[in-house]
Amino acid sequence: MNIKLFAIAALGAFATACASTPPVDDTAPVRAPDPIVEPDPGPVDTGPGYELGSTAHFVEAAGDRVFFGLDRHDLSDEARATLRRQAAWLASYPDARILVAGNCDERGTREYNLALGARRANAARTYLISQGVDPSRVSTTSYGKERPTCMQSSETCWAVNRNAATTLVGGYTN
Amino acid sequence: MTRILVLIAAFLALLGWSGVVTAQEPLRVDVTQGNLDPMPIAVPDFVGVSDEAMRRGADITRVVANDLASSGLFAPVDQEAFIEDITNIDLRPRFSDWRVINADALLVGSVTIQEDGRLVVGFRLWDTRLEEQLLGLQYRTAPENWRRVAHRLADAVYERLTGETGYFNTRIVYVSEGRGIEGEPIRQLALMDQDGANPSFLTDRSYMALLPNYSPSAQEITYVSFLDGQATTYLYNLETGRQEALFASGGAGAASQVDPDGQSLSARFSPDGSELAVSIETRSGHDIHLFDLRTRNLQRLTQHPADDVEPSFSPDGERIVFSSARGGGSQLYVMDRDGSDVQRVTFGSGRYTTPVWSPRGDLIAFTKQIGGQFALGVVRADGSGIERILFEGYFVDTPAWSPNGRVLLFTRGEPRTNGTRYEIWSVDLAGFNLRRLATGGMASDPAWSPLIE
Repeated sequence: MNIKLFAIAALGAFATACASTPPVDDTAPVRAPDPIVEPDPGPVDTGPGYELGSTAHFVEAAGDRVFFGLDRHDLSDEARATLRRQAAWLASYPDARILVAGNCDERGTREYNLALGARRANAARTYLISQGVDPSRVSTTSYGKERPTCMQSSETCWAVNRNAATTLVGGYTN
Repeated sequence: MTRILVLIAAFLALLGWSGVVTAQEPLRVDVTQGNLDPMPIAVPDFVGVSDEAMRRGADITRVVANDLASSGLFAPVDQEAFIEDITNIDLRPRFSDWRVINADALLVGSVTIQEDGRLVVGFRLWDTRLEEQLLGLQYRTAPENWRRVAHRLADAVYERLTGETGYFNTRIVYVSEGRGIEGEPIRQLALMDQDGANPSFLTDRSYMALLPNYSPSAQEITYVSFLDGQATTYLYNLETGRQEALFASGGAGAASQVDPDGQSLSARFSPDGSELAVSIETRSGHDIHLFDLRTRNLQRLTQHPADDVEPSFSPDGERIVFSSARGGGSQLYVMDRDGSDVQRVTFGSGRYTTPVWSPRGDLIAFTKQIGGQFALGVVRADGSGIERILFEGYFVDTPAWSPNGRVLLFTRGEPRTNGTRYEIWSVDLAGFNLRRLATGGMASDPAWSPLIE
């Protein structure tokens, strides 16, 4: 495990400790990459709680989406950094499988945007593979402009909606 | 008459179109004239001997007058102005009574209900100035088909007065748009008559359905479904309700050639209905494919690294227009049906998408995006690059031709505080007669059926 991964694991442990009632099920094996020193569960009641290997953990540790310029499907430096964190996270959860969905702003025609969304998803997928993620773990889809996260007709919203969003679809902790 | 001819000539000159139009008929409306001078037509309530027949006659009259008015080429005269009370359509009207209220044409009709319940609908179309009958027809039909008869009657009147085939006895499939309880997008296919009557849903709210297209027989549609989690081309039989995914991964035949993650998009029928042109995604991008509906053979027509999408056949089936980013920005290209002889047909700045070949063959409708605005336009298919803009606005998408190639439906979007509002609008080929289609709520992606037999 390299230093970066260790840092992520430590961050996860810290976040778990923040939960007022750590959601541990005694009857089921806990999925975790390495033995983690369980901090003293003191009366801390602030911050979100999530399990290691969960979607929330993935979002917190890596970031689940990368953003694109107007009418573009090439990756910015910031997008590459996010995808490298995603690849690192996936390396520590080797059973996890992901779906990368390409999204577009509403300022384009429908089929054009479905194609553009696919380009964005594939750009992210190709980069993840270049960072060591096995291709069989990464599927893609395009929602075009059909699933915007921001509904207003403004440039701020459109920029948010131009993304490739990664979701865990298997081999992760619910 | 002279006045109409002058207008036609002026209009053709305006468009830069060659050819001389000579009007042989006493009354003639040129469809390219737009709404510069709609022809006044009087349509008294169709007569009937029983109360039931009279009610049905009034219903049919309303549908016919609405059809004619919606074309922008006819102006039904207010019934309040009528002088003569038509009671028998087999008697010659008092033409002076109709001329004095400026009705150039007079449409009278009757409804008879037979003992078996069937309707007999007859009509006569008169030229009030020449005092001549232009057309007289009779239809017999099951009572529930009264709207179909009304539309066919309106088509007959339109055809007699314009020389063009009508488009009123048609249906429209479109996407009904909404939002669910949790804000999730709802995109359902819906079907209605051309005038908004008889609406129904074809798909439910559980998955998104987009981009429908009609088969030449009007019995089937293709559309893009998200039932399987990604855009997949479906074939939907409107008579049986049966539907199938054409290119789902892991299937037999054509499906085995498609990458598991490859989406398949809007498929358009060849004019004979035997093939589909469709853009299918591979890892390297989107390419135009030809799919034989009988043999299930899938043939790749384009190989360019840029995305090739939105194919549409020419009416002779020999050529296919599509949009592609191969020249940088998205532009329109035409190729032979085997993928050879690719010619660029648009050259303007901005992004050209959604090409649809006119049923008349000479024009291709498109959406153009430039400077934060959208436009609906037509360009000559011959590569001359001559284009004409019919409508400009905040958002335009998915043009669809009327079966006679004189009217376009399209998705129109306008910004609202809670997001863009989408509706379906129509405009004629001259850029006149802009109207909203009578859909219930938000709507997009119109597909116009052929004339229904």
